[in-house]
Amino acid sequence: MVDDLYQEIIIDHSKRPRNFHDMEDANRKAEGYNPLCGDKLKLYLRIEGDMVKDASFVGAGCAISTASASLMTESLKGKSRAEALKLLDRFHELLTTDSPVSQELGKLVVFCGVRDYPARVKCATLAWHTLKSALENKEEPVTTE
Amino acid sequence: MSTLVSVAPAGFNVERIREDFPVLKQTIHGKPLVYLDSAATAQKPHQVVEAIRRFHEVDCANIHRGVHELSQRSTAAYEETRVKARRFINAKKNAEVIFVRGATEAINLVASSWGRKFVKEGDEIIVSALEHHSNIVPWQILCEEKGVKLRVIPMNERGELILEEYEKLLNPRTRMVAVAHVSNALGTINPVREMIAMAHRAGALALIDGAQAAPHMKVDVQALDTDFYAFSGHKVCGPTGVGILYGKSKLLNAMPPYQGGGDMIRTVSFEKTTYNELPYKFEAGTPNIAGGIGLGAALDYVNGIGLDKISAYEHELLVYGTEAISQIPGLRIIGTAREKAAVLSFVIEGIHPHDIGTVLDRQGIAVRTGHHCAQPVMDWFHVPATTRASLAFYNTPAELDALAAGLRKVKEVFA
Repeated sequence: MVDDLYQEIIIDHSKRPRNFHDMEDANRKAEGYNPLCGDKLKLYLRIEGDMVKDASFVGAGCAISTASASLMTESLKGKSRAEALKLLDRFHELLTTDSPVSQELGKLVVFCGVRDYPARVKCATLAWHTLKSALENKEEPVTTE
Repeated sequence: MSTLVSVAPAGFNVERIREDFPVLKQTIHGKPLVYLDSAATAQKPHQVVEAIRRFHEVDCANIHRGVHELSQRSTAAYEETRVKARRFINAKKNAEVIFVRGATEAINLVASSWGRKFVKEGDEIIVSALEHHSNIVPWQILCEEKGVKLRVIPMNERGELILEEYEKLLNPRTRMVAVAHVSNALGTINPVREMIAMAHRAGALALIDGAQAAPHMKVDVQALDTDFYAFSGHKVCGPTGVGILYGKSKLLNAMPPYQGGGDMIRTVSFEKTTYNELPYKFEAGTPNIAGGIGLGAALDYVNGIGLDKISAYEHELLVYGTEAISQIPGLRIIGTAREKAAVLSFVIEGIHPHDIGTVLDRQGIAVRTGHHCAQPVMDWFHVPATTRASLAFYNTPAELDALAAGLRKVKEVFA
């Protein structure tokens, strides 16, 4: 019934988020906040040259936002800044349009069910808004509103 | 699962009442709709829908203007609601009943008009820890403008206001005590009669936000001796965009207008404008006429059932629902006041309210999730949000069984 939204991999990452820790040697940090549901997260990146060497996050949120942050940090490692931003665009398309699912998304395709739950799109995009802010080196916390 | 029991008081037939609410007869995601979000807005009986339709199709005209037949009909119908609203809250005079957009606008009207004239730097205004944002922010705006101090009555772990602490906050600088009659996030029924008397003893005025009380219990503004009382039409089965501000006439008379425009004036020239008498002084511009007429039909409808019966039935539903969901492992009810309206706010360990809300929705169950426009309440209980099932007289014990079953499904999904 709700399996189209809460796929097994999403449940798994929400209960056991990967890369869920602070990062002392991070050189990019950003905070994201969804005032609608109180979800908050801090994203850490270590960028060397043009490449995301490491990514992690801490925070509290719903299953969708936690799993999204967890899977995002996994897929960022080893990507160039341009590739990371491109992935962000593909992810956004996945959630908000009916366009065919891009192969570049890899595991992130598990979020395809979210497009049928408009009220939950912001949960899935919070981590990605925060990523954009981290890559642009913004000081202000980003919000989904 | 709990067995279905009959909890209705004598002469109360919930199945017959449900026939009046067309919206309830539908399926959501293939399941019968279980509407448990009446604290956000109540559903509308067909009598209200019909009154609004009739106005638009038969009587539509502007009010207080024309000598023509339609204008007189619409004026009479609109003003009749004022009389019904006066009786609904037992105000002394029609002039004390002001039409507004809703409780939010009512509070803003008082904060802005009364506040502009009657508070000065160094004064104090008291609100409580369980207020809706609409009874916090208008006062904060006033405090910021005037250099006034906002003080907050604390609550205990059950979500009850601590009256001894309130007593300590009152002092000769206190100008206004603004408190909810019933908390939207917790369901707490505050002892407002006593709190108003305490405010008066300190020389302060009292404003009661009745948005969550008016649909569920008899309100008597004279017995309460409140200075102001606010409620929204849409929570009493009326349409959105119309509500009532009650104020004692001597206070309303002394207050400057809130908004300027048509209908609120007596004479206008570029040198000098004189204002209309109460209640029109506070009703600038063409109002929500259809909404006002719909509200009249809603008050008739609720009175037809009887608020005493509604209160009694909803209390039984609350007891039944509390018992039903308390069986869910890991569930904690937020707001356990001894005097409580039919609101079940809760958290489940390890599962975010938005996930609970989505899984319930897929089973046809509509609940509210989030901070309920009461972020200070969430902070107090150290939760980011709750799930809230809020009940009305058209709900049934079977629907509360469905909620409990739905929550078991939630536990399965996130097991």
